[in-house]
Amino acid sequence: MSGEIWAFAEERDGAVRPTSLEVLGAAQDLAGRVGAPVAAVVAGGNAARAADALAARAVARVLALEDPSLEPYTPDAHARVLREAIEAESPRAVLFSHTYRVRDFAPKLAAALASPYVPDCVALRVADGEPVFVRRVFQGKIDATVRARGARPVLATLQNGAFPADAVRDGRAPAPIERRPASVPPDAIRTRVREVFEGVKDRVDLSRAETIVAVGRGIGKKENLAIVQELADALGAEIAASRPVCDSEWLPMDRQIGSSGQTVAPRLYVAIGISGAIQHLVGMKGSSTIVAVNKDPNAPIFSVADYGIVGDLFEVVPALTALARGGAS
Amino acid sequence: MKVAVCIKHVPARDSRLRIRSDGSWVEERDLSWEINEPDLYALEEALRIRDAAGGEVVAVTAGPDRAGEALRRGLAMGADRAIHVASEAFTAGDAQVAARALADALAPEAADLVLTGVQSDDKGYAATGVMLAEMLGLPHSTLIMEVRLEDGRVRARREMESGWFEWLELPLPALLTIQSGINQVRYATLKGIMGAKKKEIRRVEPALADGSPTVVEALAFPSRDSGAEIFEGDARGAAAKLWERLRRDGKVR
Repeated sequence: MSGEIWAFAEERDGAVRPTSLEVLGAAQDLAGRVGAPVAAVVAGGNAARAADALAARAVARVLALEDPSLEPYTPDAHARVLREAIEAESPRAVLFSHTYRVRDFAPKLAAALASPYVPDCVALRVADGEPVFVRRVFQGKIDATVRARGARPVLATLQNGAFPADAVRDGRAPAPIERRPASVPPDAIRTRVREVFEGVKDRVDLSRAETIVAVGRGIGKKENLAIVQELADALGAEIAASRPVCDSEWLPMDRQIGSSGQTVAPRLYVAIGISGAIQHLVGMKGSSTIVAVNKDPNAPIFSVADYGIVGDLFEVVPALTALARGGAS
Repeated sequence: MKVAVCIKHVPARDSRLRIRSDGSWVEERDLSWEINEPDLYALEEALRIRDAAGGEVVAVTAGPDRAGEALRRGLAMGADRAIHVASEAFTAGDAQVAARALADALAPEAADLVLTGVQSDDKGYAATGVMLAEMLGLPHSTLIMEVRLEDGRVRARREMESGWFEWLELPLPALLTIQSGINQVRYATLKGIMGAKKKEIRRVEPALADGSPTVVEALAFPSRDSGAEIFEGDARGAAAKLWERLRRDGKVR
């Protein structure tokens, strides 16, 4: 029984993804508080370069799980290779970043191991020597404090950006790298990857806009967009949207801000009727000034906004438009 | 083609939530409820597949008594029949509890394709579908934006990060979690609502032997100490104060 805290590092083209450093930092911190060693774990067709990068960090060891079947990515291969490693080594907890890829295989892994699974955590605490997880529920409106039961290794994913990547500590000397060749039988992989491609190439580039007025589901219906467009015009701003607005085809997909759309950091970002799901926040929280207009005072958008108005957007937006027009004349 | 689709009954998105006095969960009285919005896209996709290929759509939910309402709505939208895995224990249970109960109910159905939404609006695990696939022994993929059926296989377009996609091929039976925005969801018609009353909702009592692997100890509203400066007043007054501040900051002219 190793009892280690594992940090799963995602590698892409040989490099460790930046969100994985957030996970490694969180693992180092948690391990220090529960008195356990940290291991960094990487899986890939050839994980040598990523393993070297991880070995420079303050970890007890690096586990490099290598098999040609891990490229291209499939959930079958990833879950199988990690399951075998976890069963063999019995870590106390395995931390992942809450990426699309991890969401694709980690729940399968947890089910196969009958392990507790605590996804999308925003904080890790320790009580009575045990990890306690804080995760957002109800689309970011409420924090839930969660504990795992039983003796199985706990699998937890960490929300991107919730833990600082620069908290990762380097080691005094390179950590030992244990390369573990896996062997996944070909028929264990049921998914075939046929093509990987970039969706929209000629999209509107919102990243260069100085001012963005973004609209969310609070606008209610497509016909209501006119008032937001008028504010954008008055401010000389680009109009953008959160995902639900684009899903409903009220605005084209290439005006979507967030994890599945564009990432922007304008001088001024005005969020109208956007509650602030994390998928949206990751795409705009770097803006220099954020204004939020929302009727719900508990909307998570207010936690990243600099200025806010709690009120009816159908009254507030025309009032702002009038001020913007007045100011320009 | 038999398509099973898992739907969840959740508090309406614009609900003003209150936390129970013991902190264990939200106060469910006075809430209005709806089908988890991501699941509506899965349901719509299931209906389209059936409409094109024939067969049936079986809507399944794991939830307390109130969740039967989600199934009635699903039947009104066009599902052929429904299974209600009914237990109050799902309120406190996590994704693994729900997936295990759904797997027990779905195994004898032997559906060709199982669809779920990508995550729930309440607990937001984004895990139940993938766990269900493992428990049913099915290949799976997630965040699917397009589904094409070819003999004995499914081709699925999966959304990746930063605007990238991949085309995958999986043998049937398979499970897909459907990304929101894949289609435009239909409304239930009056005829559909009337017709739903004659459709079957089979009630199943799950065996929940092991309890939940994770336990929610407490809920709390996040602290907003780093939050926004809020401008008070009526709409015009608040807008004027905000505007003055933005001018002072040099953000507007």
